Amino acid sequence: MRDLRGSAARLGLMALPVAFFGVFFAWPVASIVERGLRPDGTWRFGRIGETLSRPDILDVLGFTVWQALASTGLTLLVALPGAYVFARFDFPGKSVLRAVVTVPFVLPTVLVGTAFLALVGRGGLTDELWGLRLDTSVWAILLAHVFFNYAVVVRTVGGLWSQLDPRQEEAARVLGASRWTAWRTVTLPALVPAVSAAALMVFLFTFTSFGVVQILGGTTYSTLEAEIYRQTARLLDLPTAAVLTLVQFAAVGAILAVHARTVRRRETALRLVPPERTARRPRGAGQWALLGGVLLSVALLILLPLGVLVERSFAGPQGYGLGYYRALGSLDESGTFLVPPLEAIGNSLRYAVAATGIAVLIGGLAAAALTRRAGRLVRGFDALLMLPLGVSAVTVGFGFLITLDEPPFDLRASWILVPLAQALVGVPFVVRTMLPVLRAVDERLREAAAVLGASPWRAWREVDLPLVRRALLIAAGFAFAVSLGEFGATVFIARPDSPTLPVAVARLLGRPGELNYGQAMALSTILMVVCAVSLLLLERLRTDRTSGEF
Amino acid sequence: MLRLDGATVRFGERAALDAVDLEVADHEIVCVLGPSGSGKSTLLRAVAGLQPLDRGRVLLGGADQSGVPTHRRGLGLMFQDHQLFPQRDVGGNVAFGLRMRGDGKAERAERVRELLDLVGLPGAERRSVAALSGGEQQRVALARALAPRPRLLMLDEPLGQLDRGLRERLVVELRQLFGRLGTTVLAVTHDQGEAFALADRVVVMRDGRIAQSGAPVDVWSRPATEFVARFLGFDNVVAARVSGTVADTVWGEVPVPEGSPQGERRLLVRPGGVRLVPAAEAEARGWTVESRTFRGSRVAVRLRPADGPPLEAELPLREVPEEGAGVGVAFRAEDVVVLGDDGP
Repeated sequence: MRDLRGSAARLGLMALPVAFFGVFFAWPVASIVERGLRPDGTWRFGRIGETLSRPDILDVLGFTVWQALASTGLTLLVALPGAYVFARFDFPGKSVLRAVVTVPFVLPTVLVGTAFLALVGRGGLTDELWGLRLDTSVWAILLAHVFFNYAVVVRTVGGLWSQLDPRQEEAARVLGASRWTAWRTVTLPALVPAVSAAALMVFLFTFTSFGVVQILGGTTYSTLEAEIYRQTARLLDLPTAAVLTLVQFAAVGAILAVHARTVRRRETALRLVPPERTARRPRGAGQWALLGGVLLSVALLILLPLGVLVERSFAGPQGYGLGYYRALGSLDESGTFLVPPLEAIGNSLRYAVAATGIAVLIGGLAAAALTRRAGRLVRGFDALLMLPLGVSAVTVGFGFLITLDEPPFDLRASWILVPLAQALVGVPFVVRTMLPVLRAVDERLREAAAVLGASPWRAWREVDLPLVRRALLIAAGFAFAVSLGEFGATVFIARPDSPTLPVAVARLLGRPGELNYGQAMALSTILMVVCAVSLLLLERLRTDRTSGEF
Repeated sequence: MLRLDGATVRFGERAALDAVDLEVADHEIVCVLGPSGSGKSTLLRAVAGLQPLDRGRVLLGGADQSGVPTHRRGLGLMFQDHQLFPQRDVGGNVAFGLRMRGDGKAERAERVRELLDLVGLPGAERRSVAALSGGEQQRVALARALAPRPRLLMLDEPLGQLDRGLRERLVVELRQLFGRLGTTVLAVTHDQGEAFALADRVVVMRDGRIAQSGAPVDVWSRPATEFVARFLGFDNVVAARVSGTVADTVWGEVPVPEGSPQGERRLLVRPGGVRLVPAAEAEARGWTVESRTFRGSRVAVRLRPADGPPLEAELPLREVPEEGAGVGVAFRAEDVVVLGDDGP
């Protein structure tokens, strides 16, 4: 009886998220695939083979995998020393620095692309100083990917590292292991699951990279996602896009499955201690040099691009000034915009608020449903929620356009379309942030409340809510940031008269001329400020204990 | 075997070790005793080379160890919470030090078997360390530390996490084991019972300095200072003016042993040295029985004078007065200790 009621309640909680995903995710994606593979009422699976043997598509596939591997390797190379420094050293300004390295992860891809363009692109800083241009080489893409994913490695690996008891290594040292042997035999095995989890996340994010490649890749380099965009938006070749969507779908599913297994393995019996106990001042020249190197890499890789971006936004033809910012407030003659670009700020904020509301509602319900003991059904649901993280946002956006244009969901003309798509991307973040906190609420607290006369709803309000309020705010902050930066889906469905900030930036960059370039820099700077403010609020609320996986 | 010469370790302003001199002879078991923060763990870490010295020297077998890294010192250290490697099974943990030394596979297996027999866990090689009870973990940690035959074995709160019954049994086992193997041991603990049961010699530490050092019986019967006395659990300490063999205190006149230091002093009266006498016999000082705590065949009785701090007496069961009764008090000189200064 009790069990029956329990599963009924769980189904009730799951109903809305499942319906949401069904209508706004599965249906659009399925429609695209169907249009591609069943153009005239019969399935043509042969197209998959045909498409995948085309040399240009093979090139795209090869490049996608290659750049994801290279980005992952490079990120680990740069970020692992950072993870070590954050985990084991105590130094002034550490919390500020932690905030600084976290910022990139939630910065819009378009903004990062623009910043690297300002740094290493045509007329960029390195071009001016040394005539060095990287935007025609793959390095600009790789560096931008490192910029993004630095925080993923530092958070995932450093978080665990800081909680590993240093006395484990000392025990090995006393038993005759040298410093290196002790690290290799004791610490490394404990870190491997976290490193592989982080590496998989980085691989996933870079595998599906779109905004960065769109801006820095030019016509030479194209990832799967960028190619899907090109095939649908430019070439209107739906069959090819559908096949590529399926390929990406399968790859992402496989990566997520491996990730889930790695995370489960990570929960093996390690002895963890509070991180405050493990960090100490660097000792000796070698450790200070390491700290200095990490600070330098953060400065060059994270602060410098953003700094150059801001500098470029003020550097007009007649010296520094607010020219580009002023230009954003008016319409130019070129017809790039139907409204002054500055209006994109209002659009972005409005959409982000709505998307955050939707994402928190759907994600919160889903997390609540997942809190109860996991069965197979629930685990499948969990995986389903993660899919939008990696499924082509471009496909989702395009799918919206072709499915949500007729009753009962005739939303094409409605502004709500954009927040719905953005919420889809935000939900996985909300779930991952809420779930660990919700699971940590002791069932006996609810039982105590019930015995004292609280109804289930009342018990949730009095017991759960105060405990998860912070996590809820953090989740909302994530959803907000994600929606501010969402590009792949929004670029399809945002109406020409109401672009979001990233869409407006991309449009400006797509036009030639110094004024457009400068305006793109200025608008990106505004986007950065908006993101930074919401992030600062987020960082104030967060402690590592409640942060979930991101 | 081990000698510390003016060993000093500073954490910022605070000296965790303040010019400590200490010697441990071959086959000796020395136990460092002190409250938390007294620097005893830092002492072990300094000897192991895990904590660099700011001043002074550590010598092992006569050789200065400065510049010798931890893994070349040939020591054994048993951590407070054991620090068994969770990724390795019991056998892998015990064999770790042997592998570092480069022992062959067969040799290692033989030695692991021998040690697991020794600590009473025969055949446990393949067990996971996560599945061990607290007492078993302690045994594995001991086997792991002993396996490479360290010249000095150091124990950090060796029994700290176990419950009392198990602790009392294990401390006896440990002492017998070390005696049989002839192991040189330097242990630190905050538990007096453990220290006195385990050690040939006890060293009491306070604020990074050695407050007293001596055989367990000597330290127990003659605490050097008020700090040591209170740390050992004695609360009957009062101010006194000593002249000859009599001390004048707020508790009345107390006899002291011959040869005691003279003048303004602090005085310890061991509870066993307090006798009850009929109220009339005592001076005109009213003592009231405030509370009684039963400890097996002895009873701790708290006596409240008309004026001044309470006095604890330890009496045989049959001599215990009723709560609230008025009694008189007399003292045995051999249970009274005139304490030295606590130093700076």
